[in-house]
Amino acid sequence: MSRETQGIDSMASDDGATERIRALAVRTWRTFVDVFEGDRMGQIGLALLLIFALMGMFGPWITPHDPTEINRDDDGSALRLEAPSTDHYFGTTNMGRDVFSQVIVGARASLIVGTIAALIAVTIGTNIGLISAYYGGWTEDVLMRITDIAYALPFLPFVIVLVFLLGPSIWSIIIVIALLLWRSTARVVRSQVLSHKERPYVESARAVGASDLRIMYLHILPNVLPLAFLYAAFSVAWAVIAEANVSFLGFGDPTMISWGQMLFEAYTADAIRFAWWWVVPPGVSIMLLVMAAFFIGRTLERVTNPELRHAE
Amino acid sequence: MSKLELDDLRTYYRMEEGWIEAADGVSLSLEANETLGLVGESGSGKSTVAKSIIRLLPDNGEIVDGSIRFDGEDITELSKRELRRRIRWKEISMIPQSAMNGFDPVYTVGEQIVQAIRTHESDVSKAEARERTKELFDDLGLDEERVDDYPHQFSGGMAQRAMIALALAVDPSVILADEPTTALDVVIQDRILGTIKEMQDELGTAMVLITHDMSVVSETCDTIAVMYGGRVVERADAETIIKRPKHPYTLGLRNAFPDITADSQELVSIPGSPPDLLEPGEGCRFAPRCPFAEDRCWEETPQPETHGDGHVVECHRADEAEYLRKEANRPETWRTDD
Repeated sequence: MSRETQGIDSMASDDGATERIRALAVRTWRTFVDVFEGDRMGQIGLALLLIFALMGMFGPWITPHDPTEINRDDDGSALRLEAPSTDHYFGTTNMGRDVFSQVIVGARASLIVGTIAALIAVTIGTNIGLISAYYGGWTEDVLMRITDIAYALPFLPFVIVLVFLLGPSIWSIIIVIALLLWRSTARVVRSQVLSHKERPYVESARAVGASDLRIMYLHILPNVLPLAFLYAAFSVAWAVIAEANVSFLGFGDPTMISWGQMLFEAYTADAIRFAWWWVVPPGVSIMLLVMAAFFIGRTLERVTNPELRHAE
Repeated sequence: MSKLELDDLRTYYRMEEGWIEAADGVSLSLEANETLGLVGESGSGKSTVAKSIIRLLPDNGEIVDGSIRFDGEDITELSKRELRRRIRWKEISMIPQSAMNGFDPVYTVGEQIVQAIRTHESDVSKAEARERTKELFDDLGLDEERVDDYPHQFSGGMAQRAMIALALAVDPSVILADEPTTALDVVIQDRILGTIKEMQDELGTAMVLITHDMSVVSETCDTIAVMYGGRVVERADAETIIKRPKHPYTLGLRNAFPDITADSQELVSIPGSPPDLLEPGEGCRFAPRCPFAEDRCWEETPQPETHGDGHVVECHRADEAEYLRKEANRPETWRTDD
């Protein structure tokens, strides 16, 4: 690991490398804009994501009520399980809390878990795929067997055990999800790198005297990066679902309101059968966020697969 | 002292079934400014020899014996890292077989050449490297503005030239050109070979030209080495190989190419297929396809022998060359009964 980080540092200090990375970023951005311009679904995805992102960032300041406050009527008794009204758009919970405000604040947990877990997972997965495919031999054997083991882990039992061990916090949920999500990226990136490393440009880079690290991170990685982005987008969707799952089962971060947790509370309060105003908003929010991530992923797929772009 | 000297080079590929003897006792030498043509059919070990020199062999390839002397220093002894730092590109560069795909698609061609220059000459500034790249483009008949284009914006011939620019970027003393013009049409091929030749004369660079095209070597090379089944079966100066070859394989190879000055001419190919190099054992490797094979050809491996001025032949019957040459000219000789 130290050898690798050292290599990356030395590459970063090389101004040719930073220059190339900058040029590459500009190019990627242009393709990104091009592809989204012609794709309505991708635009819807981006718009939804933007709304959720604003909710996540400014949630606590834009809610009509404090989401943890117990709302009371004029004679001081709590407004338990009130149906939607002009005062409480989505009604109240069994504790008299405002559902609408909770939905807005809940976006933050989903977004944090979704993006950070996906980012960690894709970073791990891309590196493992790249290193194992490039070096081959026992390195590949070891890394791919670890990937197989990760594939064999059953999701829920693994999450329950680890969250129990690490303690119920949003960070342990992120770690657990990342530990399970990197596997698919690793496999897909690996197969892509296997094909790229045999291409003539890699051989000529080697002939010119490029080091292994340079070939891996400056030649092969940029060529497989679009695929990694695609997997990042899908990973966000999976991570959001996973977070909702975990919270619904009661293993969520107790200090943070999340959509999964709202469903869990509705369930434990025995209100899930009739208090539709308490159940539908978080459920639909999860669905919309996952949909947004999938729409974006679907559009990104067109970046990685030019055939889809030219099909129309 | 020769610029590059291969002595009894043996490069084998490890397979589950045993060793593939892809280059088996190859001896060659190359002087400064000389062009050596390495000819032979596919699978004869030409590329293996080139890849052994700058050690770009696949993982299962191994130099098991012999030496490669560059300016007198045995570079097979160098560590991979040292070879990469000191020899690759700086001293010995390569024009790969498929130049068309030889550039990384995500960077401009200019960026890649500049990077190559700066990797090997750290004191060169970016602007200088870019300037030099433009000059190279100009020398090779490419528009200077094209340095900012991506590889896919180049045509085959242009990509090939850009690859040559890359190979010449740091003034190497030896260029290994592995079928540099195979995918190109004859006109472009001629121009590219002409350009390489000019650059070579200007810089005094030596070149190993690997090809299976006899007409290309006869035009460009000073000396020719003919490879068959992992061995150099005959080598001499170009004229001798073209006009007075002694090895039956070279004779056959010559028959397979048309002479455009002659009247209608029947092209005669060599019957059979290239040998299996998986532990071939004793005997001449060409014997199964050779119309002149005798009993001893099957039993003893012929050793390289010098016949006259630097003309090295590996054939038991090289002394009877006059007779063989006459026979080889008759198409019936190469016809198999079955």
